[in-house]
Amino acid sequence: MEKKMVNLKIDDKDVCVEEGTTILAAARQAGIDIPTLCFLKDINEIGDCRMCITEVEGRKGFATSCIQKVEEGMNVKTHSPAVMEARRTILDLILSNHQRDCLTCTRNGNCELQNLAVKFNVTGVEYEGERNKHNIDEISPAIVRDFNKCILCRRCVAVCKNIQKVGAIDCINRGFSSCISTVGDHSLNDVNCTFCGQCIEACPVGALREKDSTKEVWQKLKDPETMVIVQTAPAVRVALGEEFGMPIGTNVTGKMVASLKRLGFDKVFDTNTGADFTIMEEGTEFIERLKNNGNLPLITSCSPGWVKYIEMNYPENIKYLSSCKSPHEMYGAILKTYYAEKNNIDPKKIFVVSIMPCIAKKYERQRNELKNNGLYDVDSVITTRELARMIKQANIEFTSLEDEKFDDPLGEASGAGAIFGVTGGVMEAALRTVSEVLTGKELDKIDFEQVRGQKGIKRASVKIGDKEVKVVVASGLGNAQTIMEEIKSGKADYQFVEIMACPGGCIMGGGQPIKSAKIRETVDVGAERAAAMYSIDEKSVIRKSHENPIIKKIYKEYIGEPGGHIAHELLHTHYSEMEKYRI
Amino acid sequence: MKSIKEIEEIRIKKRKELDLRVNVNLSTKEKHILVCQGTGCTSSKSPEIIEEFKRIIKEKNVDNVRVIKTGCFGLCAKGPIVIIRPEDTFYAMITKEDCLEIIEKHILNGELVERLLCKDVDGTLVKKLDELNFYKKQKRIALKNCGVINPEDIDEYIAFDGYKALEKVLMEMTPEEVIEEITKSGLRGRGGAGFPTGKKWFLTRNVEADQKYVVCNADEGDPGAFMDRSILEGDPHSVIEAMIIAGYSIGATKGYIYVRAEYPIAVHRFDVAIKQAREYNLLGKNIFGTDFSFDIEIRLGAGAFVCGEETALLESIEGRRGQPRVKPPYPANSGLWGKPTLINNVETFANITRIILNGAEWYSKIGTETSKGTKVFALGGNVINTGLVEVPMGTTLREIVYDIGGGIPNNRDFKAAQTGGPSGGCIPKEHLDTPIDYESLKEIGSMMGSGGLIVMDDSKCMVNLAKFYLEFTVDESCGKCTPCRIGTKRMLEILEKICNGEGSLEDLRKLEELTITIPKTAICGLGQTAPNPVISTLKYFRDEYLEHIKYKKCRTGECKALAKIQIDPEKCRGCGICKKNCPVNAISGEVKMPHHIDEDICIKCGTCISKCPFKAIG
Repeated sequence: MEKKMVNLKIDDKDVCVEEGTTILAAARQAGIDIPTLCFLKDINEIGDCRMCITEVEGRKGFATSCIQKVEEGMNVKTHSPAVMEARRTILDLILSNHQRDCLTCTRNGNCELQNLAVKFNVTGVEYEGERNKHNIDEISPAIVRDFNKCILCRRCVAVCKNIQKVGAIDCINRGFSSCISTVGDHSLNDVNCTFCGQCIEACPVGALREKDSTKEVWQKLKDPETMVIVQTAPAVRVALGEEFGMPIGTNVTGKMVASLKRLGFDKVFDTNTGADFTIMEEGTEFIERLKNNGNLPLITSCSPGWVKYIEMNYPENIKYLSSCKSPHEMYGAILKTYYAEKNNIDPKKIFVVSIMPCIAKKYERQRNELKNNGLYDVDSVITTRELARMIKQANIEFTSLEDEKFDDPLGEASGAGAIFGVTGGVMEAALRTVSEVLTGKELDKIDFEQVRGQKGIKRASVKIGDKEVKVVVASGLGNAQTIMEEIKSGKADYQFVEIMACPGGCIMGGGQPIKSAKIRETVDVGAERAAAMYSIDEKSVIRKSHENPIIKKIYKEYIGEPGGHIAHELLHTHYSEMEKYRI
Repeated sequence: MKSIKEIEEIRIKKRKELDLRVNVNLSTKEKHILVCQGTGCTSSKSPEIIEEFKRIIKEKNVDNVRVIKTGCFGLCAKGPIVIIRPEDTFYAMITKEDCLEIIEKHILNGELVERLLCKDVDGTLVKKLDELNFYKKQKRIALKNCGVINPEDIDEYIAFDGYKALEKVLMEMTPEEVIEEITKSGLRGRGGAGFPTGKKWFLTRNVEADQKYVVCNADEGDPGAFMDRSILEGDPHSVIEAMIIAGYSIGATKGYIYVRAEYPIAVHRFDVAIKQAREYNLLGKNIFGTDFSFDIEIRLGAGAFVCGEETALLESIEGRRGQPRVKPPYPANSGLWGKPTLINNVETFANITRIILNGAEWYSKIGTETSKGTKVFALGGNVINTGLVEVPMGTTLREIVYDIGGGIPNNRDFKAAQTGGPSGGCIPKEHLDTPIDYESLKEIGSMMGSGGLIVMDDSKCMVNLAKFYLEFTVDESCGKCTPCRIGTKRMLEILEKICNGEGSLEDLRKLEELTITIPKTAICGLGQTAPNPVISTLKYFRDEYLEHIKYKKCRTGECKALAKIQIDPEKCRGCGICKKNCPVNAISGEVKMPHHIDEDICIKCGTCISKCPFKAIG
């Protein structure tokens, strides 16, 4: 049905938009900008900051443009003197209860409040008064919460509650004492948070940030006794450039490798290779469960936020989870065993750093299950953002770096490993291998288009030989919940389930460059980054994990069969039910 | 399950039995001892009085007497109140120990117990309730049954035309006709804003939906207000009946009443009333055998003031944090769970059955041009007769304060009255003759509000008053929008500075600027009206603000930091009352000689100021 159109005037300009459009969206369509702060399209549309107020002729108070809909004949003034004055006062009030230590804030230069202060030419704060004082919560291994900077926009609450459907945080207390907190005001570490980090991505200011691990990495880099090996997750390379002003979705693999070498890492390897190991193991696990009537569906386990979620929320479904470690953990294990042995290095002297698009990996890294011979598989996880900060700190001109290649011999990876970073990528990579192993025939077409795209839930039926395999791909924990409920109730007939905690997959992970509400409104960031990932795959010579020569070599020389004894020791783990609230 | 006929039978039978409640001249051997069990009298142990009466009656085997608990009689200052009917004798401030005397003298011997009779303000003994000046200018419509019936007995409600309006509506009227009648009556929302009730019903009826809701807002939160509580405690069925009528009119089958958990008696009585109404099938499926069904559920509020705001209330019913929604859309279009919802206040509902039974014309003759009917006020503060009053719209503030309220105690002068609670404003002396209706109050910078009316004498500092109300709003702000969360806090901070003698003219300018921005930018009524106490005190008592700022002086001594309490030797007669009452013995002086306050000892509590009969201290 065709949508009804509505005619209105915005700042004396005639505008015609679809019925149901907000005043804000109508203004933007007409090329008129209205400042916002709490607004985050499709996620937080509650109109509580009051920055986007506008004057509507005939109305008593101001209209909240981010949520109020256009009406026929409406006459809107977005920048009348009264509106400007009121907005100024609102901004002043927000600033009066903000810490304003911009120079030492992680969000310096990428802060929506700071931008507004610049825009409004704020030279002082008129309504100085009491400021809320909060203790900083830095107990968790992943997320730091500093509510002295919080402006109560509630974007974090909205993403956690409505998108991820975790609901670890919400507003507590009233009035001036209102603040965002957890059940019983406990540390995020002790409640139902999964450390997906989507709240950090949603935060317009510096109230939420990753737990910084760069210091420990700098320290190890300085230590001549330690061999510091770095590995980079697939999704990092398509986002890192954004931190240096490059367009969203630019593939900067070469520059990233070059910068890591400049930073002084002894070896620069690719987690995509780890992903190839994962496919070998997970593919084998799937085939075995399929053949032996094992627990189906098989559910992927590469996303640590997701793993924590299922451990807390669906313990009855844990049995379906693949026992595979996540790719960087597998890779860490290989580095500290096979690689150490081959090169005659004491594994105790190897320090493995993972550059990840992910916050939860910081938590995953220190899980006790992920140790081998008393050594953690991975010693430190830093996010894409932290890496960018290290590069800037080392004064490296990132954009003018010459491309360099990953180190041999472990730097080689397949295109299948590359697409691990996007929703549907693990499924597609697995299907390529599983298909060929099961049928013994080469696939005519290796692109599984059905599981691609940014949709939250993708269901598909895939033909493997003469078998129909039902698969589902879900990204975002809210969507994961839907699938888990299906499985729990016995309604699901899937054989293979891929879940990633972050909506869109790792490319949109909690450790990726933070995009302002306005960018997120106008650019499909996920689609841009995903396109870059698929283009890496497309350009790869080897596009299937089982064809990766280095993988073949290591299995032959060291691991033996996928799913075998050594594989289990190094590449697999186990899960257990976890209390949601450990207080 | 009761048919219309059976209900009518109950009505006739019960009404005969209860005629003595309303007919003073009835000649009968029977006597009813009515004991108030509103929250006020209950907290002064009125349940004990009932038990004691019952005990004595049983012990002495007294015939023809019944003890009945009722809702509020209104004159709370004189509670616990006992009224003997049919003669309407008004006994004030009764204790358990008085019961025996009342039974022996009054009930058994027909003599008045003079020492327990209520005294009017001028000291005259009042023998009958309606001789009290307090009641003379009142007109009870919403409170009609309060203090007359036992609220926990549906038959008593039925006896006084209860559920007759519902019968009339279901049997004789179309929904449109009902709405037309309400519209014609001119009834406006009693919750504060005064939106025309008929129009609200009309708007909600006109939205198509598979499900609609009727919600009764009983989240009365203004400091000092207890109108709705009293109605629920005294006459819960009148609200239930009106909600059913509203449901029929707008096309809803489900109602909710959102009531504060701090009103346990009201909640209990309403719950009892719902159960009794269900037993008679006045709630439930196919009411009176028609195809109309309706039921009501109680939802308890947890004490947040903002939940009285209609959209925050809806959020709370839905199980979320009580925070307001941005309007439009209004609840009439998208309310409870997104469905069209009619929200009326308790007092508004309490008027409905009266309008249906007596007609819109009758109702619209009461009141003023724009404000029809009556308004219930909770009269409090520095006034002799504190309590619950219901007056026709258009009654002046002077009539309420002086004729009904009995004036200001301790020989002090009237300074101002606050209506509308923290959202309202103060009305100064010069506007005492303003007729009370929605428009007039707005014109002079206050508002009708839900009915809290707090009288202040000249010992009250108006800057301090504004500060008090801002403290309340800051405390009760939900914290959702910036202007209310931070803006009111900043206003309070400035007021604190001024009261502490640290305020500057620049602060005053900032304060005034916020009084302009906050009303325009806050999401809900609570935030939008939060600056009203400041706006109105600034309007009428600006000089007091300036005194605080420029001369660091608070003329009342209420702002302790500024207080320098002195005794005017010209006015002091040396009576010694101040000396006797000073808690820290800071006052010295010989009898009949001017007294003196030792500033070093004085804690500026202000007791001497309020106690001095000669206004010599300030």
